[in-house]
Amino acid sequence: MWGRLSSLPHMIKSKYSLIDHTADFGIHVYGSDSKELFANAAWALFDIITEIDQLAGLDSCHIEVSGYDWSDLMVNWLREVLYLWNGKELLVKKARILSLSGNELAATVEFDPFNPDLHVIKTEIKAVTYHQIQVNSSPSGWEAIIICDI
Amino acid sequence: MEIKKIDNYRWELPKTGNMRVPGIIYATESMLKAEKQKEPLKQVANVATLPGILKASLAMPDMHWGYGFPIGGVAAFDWESGIISPGGVGYDINCGVRLATTSLVEKEVRPKLENLVNALFRGIPSGVGSKGSIKLSIPEEKKVLQMGSKWAVNRGLGEALDLEHTEDGGCMPNADPGVISQRALERGRKQLGTLGSGNHFLEIGVVEAVYDTPAAQAFGLFEGQVTLMLHTGSRGLGYQICDDFLAFMTKHGKKLGFDLPDRQLACARIQSKEGMRYYNAMACAANYAWTNRQILMHNSREILFRVLGISPRDLNMKLLYDVCHNIAKKEVHVIDGKKQTVCVHRKGATRSFPAGHEALCDQYRPVGQPVIIPGDMGTASYVLTGTEKAMQETFGSTCHGAGRVLSRKAAKKASKGRAIQRELEDKGILVKWTGRSTLAEEIPEAYKDISQVVEVVHEAGISKKVAKLRPIAVVKG
Repeated sequence: MWGRLSSLPHMIKSKYSLIDHTADFGIHVYGSDSKELFANAAWALFDIITEIDQLAGLDSCHIEVSGYDWSDLMVNWLREVLYLWNGKELLVKKARILSLSGNELAATVEFDPFNPDLHVIKTEIKAVTYHQIQVNSSPSGWEAIIICDI
Repeated sequence: MEIKKIDNYRWELPKTGNMRVPGIIYATESMLKAEKQKEPLKQVANVATLPGILKASLAMPDMHWGYGFPIGGVAAFDWESGIISPGGVGYDINCGVRLATTSLVEKEVRPKLENLVNALFRGIPSGVGSKGSIKLSIPEEKKVLQMGSKWAVNRGLGEALDLEHTEDGGCMPNADPGVISQRALERGRKQLGTLGSGNHFLEIGVVEAVYDTPAAQAFGLFEGQVTLMLHTGSRGLGYQICDDFLAFMTKHGKKLGFDLPDRQLACARIQSKEGMRYYNAMACAANYAWTNRQILMHNSREILFRVLGISPRDLNMKLLYDVCHNIAKKEVHVIDGKKQTVCVHRKGATRSFPAGHEALCDQYRPVGQPVIIPGDMGTASYVLTGTEKAMQETFGSTCHGAGRVLSRKAAKKASKGRAIQRELEDKGILVKWTGRSTLAEEIPEAYKDISQVVEVVHEAGISKKVAKLRPIAVVKG
């Protein structure tokens, strides 16, 4: 499974790339460190959902999650972030990771309440799954593979 | 992976490694050999490793890759020693189909078809995050979760007969709203009476062919007849329940005392607090989905009266049947000559009970349960009946649809530069949709050939063809 992750230094510059799957699709996220990886993963979700550049970040909230390892933590983090949209109709512009260990994460998330006159919904992401979840670090940076149900 | 041929339509994945039972796949040789089948075959093998699994890990001919369990997967676990898994049901709990018949024929509808599609599109909320006209208070929502379809019928949104023509009468009695999260309740409050997005749809069809006249008569079907089909599920509520319990079971997974080959297979013993909580939470979502389809059918019927300018008697819309295709159920099956209580997981599979089964209403007991198999939007759908052979081989189960073969991205690529709507119009199918990309993602080539899938279940004998429907209008989220 780990063999699928290939640390490509030149890819680190972009925050993520898309992985194509028959039933759904996934994201391959990059970060120079673990905090950036988790922040970029949240950014990637909302870059897929909406025109993220159109968001202002009018309001913010604090999120804390835990997990039993990096992968579990990543899924639980993205679950929380995605719930802001699916449950509360808030579109996330940015996440700032305040503290992060292999088991716990605290972050501030900036968002705008969804306004159908202002915001475009490009893709519906229905869930973040454990399927083939990978979070890995290497000397050149951090990366993760996350499969989403759309 | 080694696969042994049993007959032209059945293949065995022999027991290897940690598999407790073999896998059995219903498919033709060419379907099985398609490149895309490698991953789902591995998933069939993974399911076979779970405790309490009985006879075999089964896959229907519409099998494709899913999370944990393959879609098109059927697995039964011993009620006392086995497990229950949210991944064996899927995110969209009780995603399902209902088919209603009318007294109309195509030529009576065709002149007003465009108006009808537009009115359905306006009147039936669809698309991402769509909200219904019904806003529920939390106490009222809990009643929906406990009562299912009956909640809608009690409010005049249907008839008593609709309940008889719904799998389980549109209600799993074990539903317990006390075990579901505030988040699930919150998401469910605003979405009752909505179609949703993705592959969900409302379709006006015409009966193109009848294969089994006595069964068609029992179902009230005749050639040329106009029908209404709905495909949707439990919306955000079901997703939230699945997600909550995947997290919960992952956390408590260590109690199981064995390693899972895939985290998405997170499960709990049925006879444990965690297992029962999921079973009772899942039933809430199942009941919500039945209520949702009941309300959508009622609202569609009202729109048909209005646009066609006819009386309820002239339209004569009747629910033929409502089946769920993402569910786990407590059922009694005969295994090695003995009756056994089991938990059947059907994930992208349909119940297929035979003539004489006690779960069927008087009208259908002589012929068997109606099985409704929707195709993709450009081809056809089928009505079949359940069979005794399904009871013997597949825990009373059959396929659920066409099954995806192209990823959404690949489908978009394949449809690039093509006027999909025009292509469908040329075939006499009007389409109206909301999503920016839904139509491109749902092109006919994105799915397996529905006729081939149905041929396999018919020839294998796990359900029998009754009629074929051709779409004339589709509304999509």
